[in-house]
Amino acid sequence: MASYNMVFAGFGGQGVLFTGKVVAYAGLIDGKEVSWLPSYGPEMRGGTANCSVCISDLPVGSPLVTEPDVLIAMNGPSYDKFIDAVKPGGVVIIDSSLVNPSKRREDVTLCEVPATALSNEEHLEGIANMILLGKLLESTGFASMETVEQSVQKCVPASKAHLLEHNLRAIRLGMEQ
Amino acid sequence: MAERILMKGNEAIAEAAIRAGCRHFFGYPITPQTEVSAYLAKRMPKVGGCFLQAESEVAAINMVLGAAAAGVRVMTSSSSPGISLKSEGISYIIGSDLPCVILNIQRGGPGLGGIQPSQADYNQATKAPGHGDAHVMVFAPSTVQEMVTCIFDMFDLSEQYRVPAMLLGDGLLGQMMEPVEFPDVKVTPAEKPWAANGHQNKREHNVVNSLYLQPDQLEAKNIERFERYAQIQANETRAEAFETEDCDVLVVAYGASSRIARSAVMNARAQGLKVGLLRPITLWPFPKKELLKASKTAKDILVVEMSMGQMVDDVKLALECKKPVHFFGHTGGIIPTPAEVLEQLKTIAGGAAK
Repeated sequence: MASYNMVFAGFGGQGVLFTGKVVAYAGLIDGKEVSWLPSYGPEMRGGTANCSVCISDLPVGSPLVTEPDVLIAMNGPSYDKFIDAVKPGGVVIIDSSLVNPSKRREDVTLCEVPATALSNEEHLEGIANMILLGKLLESTGFASMETVEQSVQKCVPASKAHLLEHNLRAIRLGMEQ
Repeated sequence: MAERILMKGNEAIAEAAIRAGCRHFFGYPITPQTEVSAYLAKRMPKVGGCFLQAESEVAAINMVLGAAAAGVRVMTSSSSPGISLKSEGISYIIGSDLPCVILNIQRGGPGLGGIQPSQADYNQATKAPGHGDAHVMVFAPSTVQEMVTCIFDMFDLSEQYRVPAMLLGDGLLGQMMEPVEFPDVKVTPAEKPWAANGHQNKREHNVVNSLYLQPDQLEAKNIERFERYAQIQANETRAEAFETEDCDVLVVAYGASSRIARSAVMNARAQGLKVGLLRPITLWPFPKKELLKASKTAKDILVVEMSMGQMVDDVKLALECKKPVHFFGHTGGIIPTPAEVLEQLKTIAGGAAK
């Protein structure tokens, strides 16, 4: 498997940190070296939140991703902040219900998924992030669906176990987009 | 071995402390180490321990002094400005020859500074953790896993030498999640015949104190303590050498910045540059002999830190300024990138080739 340096970004509350954790755990389950680093500080209160995730065969050097090969942007400010940093040939996945890409790059693959609209239509309110995770899985193949299922089980706390199937349904929906 | 799980650095430290037999924690919240307190607030009561959020850092460190004097394994945690507040108590603990573990998950300074990762407390930790002729052992792990193994060793060594041990981390290591597994070891705290604890009138009572008004007594106390420091310097230095056998340029970096330096060294090797990395794991004692060995073939040394340059002085001292020692770093919460370090290496290696 190749190495991945990913950035997940959006508003606080959209679940970008959780999505990153699911991806990192999937890497761990597959026996890879992984790291997850959140942005922290005053910007997390109602502002933008983001995290860096590295998946690699070798020990991870800097866990801070400055040139992502994958960007998941769940709001406009995050797209604007990170789009120029994406490596040529990289994959950019956006929630097109919320992001209107002002700037388009020819050298990256842009996946536009109306995740928030889809989540409302499909009674998956609040987990547009998992729909985008499905798209990430489909477009990069960073792990198998089985691995991701195990990872979601690890990351969803016991008190919210009833939401597990919801999350998996959202991921499958994202894979079909 | 146990399963590898994904854990934040701060939480892994806290769990490691509990598994190392620490049942007393006194702290005061401060970004970016608050998860240590939050985790222990939940966990400590479940293992019959004492978690207490003190009214201030000053109170917390003096509670550590009291608990350590009673002979129990005790830890406190803070970040840069909070460590400054604790420094009086740290000096009292050193002067009382008490073991304890202190965490400094550093942020940018001076003053209230910022909350992003920094390594600018190196001089404070290694040179003057408090007033007086005083040292603490300083450990600088570079991964979440290594933070866990260090915590176990720090409790043991601190008791063995009766010298406090400080873990010098930073916001990056505290906040990041990495896979970690906890060693399945049986912990045996040292006998503490000096402890000022209950003894049912079966012995003379012990006094724990740092006040010696007679200069000759105080000097003797300091000389005895420095004999222990000398043993620590002789026996407890730790460092990891990476690709140093034939290096023309040796990078020296610790903690978070060593991770960046290691990436840069690997990229430089891929481009045919003979560079290596020495990563001090103990900062006090400074791994002088490890540095001399790793730098044998090096023509130039590059020190990389998240500060304006502090460890760079210890590197120059260890090498007696016999080789050019360059410095590269960022401070204030900016994390250097591998590309920046690689640029430095190319410039220095280019100069060395001429």
